[in-house]
Amino acid sequence: MRIEFCLSIALCAIPLCAQDHAGQYTQADIERGSRLYALNCALCHGVNGDSISNVDLKSGRFRNATSDEDLAKVVANGLQGTAMPPHKFDTSEMTGVIAYIRSMRDYGTGAVAIGEASAGKAVFEGKGACLSCHRVGAAGSRVAPDLTDIGSIRSASALERSLLDPNAAMLPINRSVRIVTKAGKVINGRRLNEDTYSVQLMDEKENLLSLNKADLREYKVITTSPMPSFKDKLSAPELADLLAYLLTLKGIN
Amino acid sequence: MTVRPWLLCLIPIALAAQVTSDQLVNAALNPKNWVTYNGSYMSQSYSPLSQITPGNARNLEQKWVFQVESLQKFESRPLVVNGIMYITQPPNDVVALDARTGRAFWIYRYNNSPDARPCCGSINRGLAISGDTLFMATVDAHLVAIDARNGRPLWDVKVAEAAAGYAMTVAPLVIKDKVVVGVAGGEYGIRGFISAYDTRTGKEAWKFYTIPGPGEPGNETWEGDTWKYGGASIWVTGSYDPDLNLTYWGIGNPGPDWNPIQRKGANLYSDSVVALDPDTGKLKWHFQFTPNDPYDYDSVQVPVLVDTAWRGTARKLMLWANRNGFYYVLDRITGEFLSGNSFVKVTWAKGLDDAGKPILTPQPPGTPVYPGVQGGTNWYSPSYSPRTGLFYISAWEDYASIFLPQANEYKEGQRFTGGRPVAPIAGANNPSLRSGQINVTTEALGHGSVIAIDVRTGQKKWKFDMIDVTDAGILTTGSDVLFTGGREGYFHALDARTGALLWKGSVGGQVSAAPMAYELDGKQYIAVAAGHAMFVYGLRE
Ligand code: HEC
Ligand code: HEC
Repeated sequence: MRIEFCLSIALCAIPLCAQDHAGQYTQADIERGSRLYALNCALCHGVNGDSISNVDLKSGRFRNATSDEDLAKVVANGLQGTAMPPHKFDTSEMTGVIAYIRSMRDYGTGAVAIGEASAGKAVFEGKGACLSCHRVGAAGSRVAPDLTDIGSIRSASALERSLLDPNAAMLPINRSVRIVTKAGKVINGRRLNEDTYSVQLMDEKENLLSLNKADLREYKVITTSPMPSFKDKLSAPELADLLAYLLTLKGIN
Repeated sequence: MTVRPWLLCLIPIALAAQVTSDQLVNAALNPKNWVTYNGSYMSQSYSPLSQITPGNARNLEQKWVFQVESLQKFESRPLVVNGIMYITQPPNDVVALDARTGRAFWIYRYNNSPDARPCCGSINRGLAISGDTLFMATVDAHLVAIDARNGRPLWDVKVAEAAAGYAMTVAPLVIKDKVVVGVAGGEYGIRGFISAYDTRTGKEAWKFYTIPGPGEPGNETWEGDTWKYGGASIWVTGSYDPDLNLTYWGIGNPGPDWNPIQRKGANLYSDSVVALDPDTGKLKWHFQFTPNDPYDYDSVQVPVLVDTAWRGTARKLMLWANRNGFYYVLDRITGEFLSGNSFVKVTWAKGLDDAGKPILTPQPPGTPVYPGVQGGTNWYSPSYSPRTGLFYISAWEDYASIFLPQANEYKEGQRFTGGRPVAPIAGANNPSLRSGQINVTTEALGHGSVIAIDVRTGQKKWKFDMIDVTDAGILTTGSDVLFTGGREGYFHALDARTGALLWKGSVGGQVSAAPMAYELDGKQYIAVAAGHAMFVYGLRE
């Protein structure tokens, strides 16, 4: 049986939705904000906005802000004495970021279809070929992020976004790099750590490499995701099943 | 220009495992890597690498430092496999570092349960590796398997109940398809055990209680119910002899620590070494160093295995400098006592009888007993060099405590020590687990040293004295250089043949771990944890 899981209905049953801003912002603002959020905020706040303790950006409740103007001030100036940094955004970018934070909890379709996990596992291991890049438990490849606990750290809508629009959903630390050494060797890999003088990565053969930038002829950080969008590759029911399966991946215990 | 997503052309590749069972058995044949806590199953803390010599050691320089995000005591000894260094960051994070530069590839963070109550600091001594999997024992008594390539947990099993005082600080030991650990908690009235788990699944394979239960031989060495909370913990890694298929582990003190009349009897297998079948956990033999121990003389030392001529015949030996102040030579096939003598000032016994049992000379109550509570030595990895035939110990010399026993009722999860030890000089601070930046103890309270014992004669060959005591383990190398440190914040290189100082570096904090060696790009490196950082040295180029 398939269940249509409507996030906005589910959440608005709770009183916290009394002040609902959704609908106040244009889809274009939200889209723009979503990309800015992924690039500038997700590293600390997490894709779901709840990685920092006592801060849940998608809840619509803030300790330091009530109005959109307050929010803009927090984002522009940062919070003194905390890790929250100031950000330089022009007006349209700021509008986008705020629009996105305000609609985070039901961003995407508003209704995420959740199918059958067992069928989703078959898509994951078969047609989707997800294991050719990802790892779950002891199976699959390590060249892309390990998904063993993805269902407990990402929401259904964030997962859906990764599948439909990987570029928008990509975290900066997950970027891949393309390197040519002075000796002419080409190395492609996933960046794990980087500093002014060196870079650490996992190459296509899953080896951990640490390279001195002085030894490189070419060093390029690629801001597009190597993951293909599955928008046209999988049918809507297949996507729904896949999401159901991803949501069952809750880690090792 | 468009960027081609490189991953699309990717085909899954089956990877060769990094560390096979054979590589663990033959660790000495590949000294570029350091694949077990003590460098090999023989636990000699010896590296055949020979680029750093007594002649060039003065050219040693610091290559890199990695600061840990923790102010806990840093006792981790690294593993190095194919240029990657794996360390634990106290208490239970695992960090993979580029062994050439010290830059981190990944950090696995483990959250200990608030129930954890380790007696003596939230510390960890290191990891084990098998295939592509790292193993870590945690302060809240879990055993975790971690993917060595990406730092992701593969399984996590609860070994014992943290709230009942069980903890783990030991670096595990992998033997074939099992990973072996032991539990600490000797100050909380636990019932100690050593247990083994399937490396792939974490499923428990066997469990050996270090205190026999009713009906088992040895249970009669405990009065009444005292076996139920008699301690006998484990917190240092054992050794393994693949030919005999025996694994050896040193067992901790009986509880309550200082009130032996509460647990009349020999209290087996506390303060003993046990030889177990690693496939089944069955006891093959045991040897007890300190029966009915009133001084907290844990036998939690590293069993050092040596194959050498003994009185004219080739023998499989086990060398053991015990916390109780005596140095023992045992036959590791049978556990037979071959010889023993004190290596520091000892007053609780005047010697050992033919069977290796102490000839007791109890001191009058309220007077000093030598060695003191931290022992003549302790868990600090000793070293044996097959080149010099010398056995090297970190010792506390002329060090005593006054033991004040007290009745102590057992309550689960609460300290169960039966009194306390104090300094022999009223009001003085006896050297204990940790020291400050200034050595406030006086010479009358003892000092540290490195002692080299000639294995053939049992006599001291040389001694290197320090002002402060030492918790540092020892490494010797294939070019007769000995590396160690101490409380004073120096890391030094000595000539392993003579004890002469070759070089010293300042690490600005106490060294409470053993150094190790590895090779990368044809260069020999030495690593040691000190203060709150990992320091790595190599020769100036
Ligand atoms: C370097 C880490 C970091 C980055 C990047 C970051 N933040 Fe924050 N942010 C924090 C921390 C930490 C706090 C909580 C500060 C506190 O109160 O202790 C915070 C607080 C906030 C708050 C206030 C929450 C409340 O409950 O009052 C908002 C709103 C916010 N961040 C939005 C953003 C947005 C939007 C971005 C991206 C444009 C962003 N942050 C980027 C670390 C970060
Ligand atoms: C060609 C390699 C490749 C394939 C095939 C692939 N992915 Fe990915 N995926 C990546 C990479 C690389 C990333 C990290 C960069 C990013 O976020 O886009 C990623 C990111 C993700 C994320 C986001 C992870 C996070 O931390 O938020 C999810 C979820 C995901 N993939 C799921 C899938 C699923 C499900 C499939 C199969 C239908 C799949 N991927 C197939 C390479 C791949």
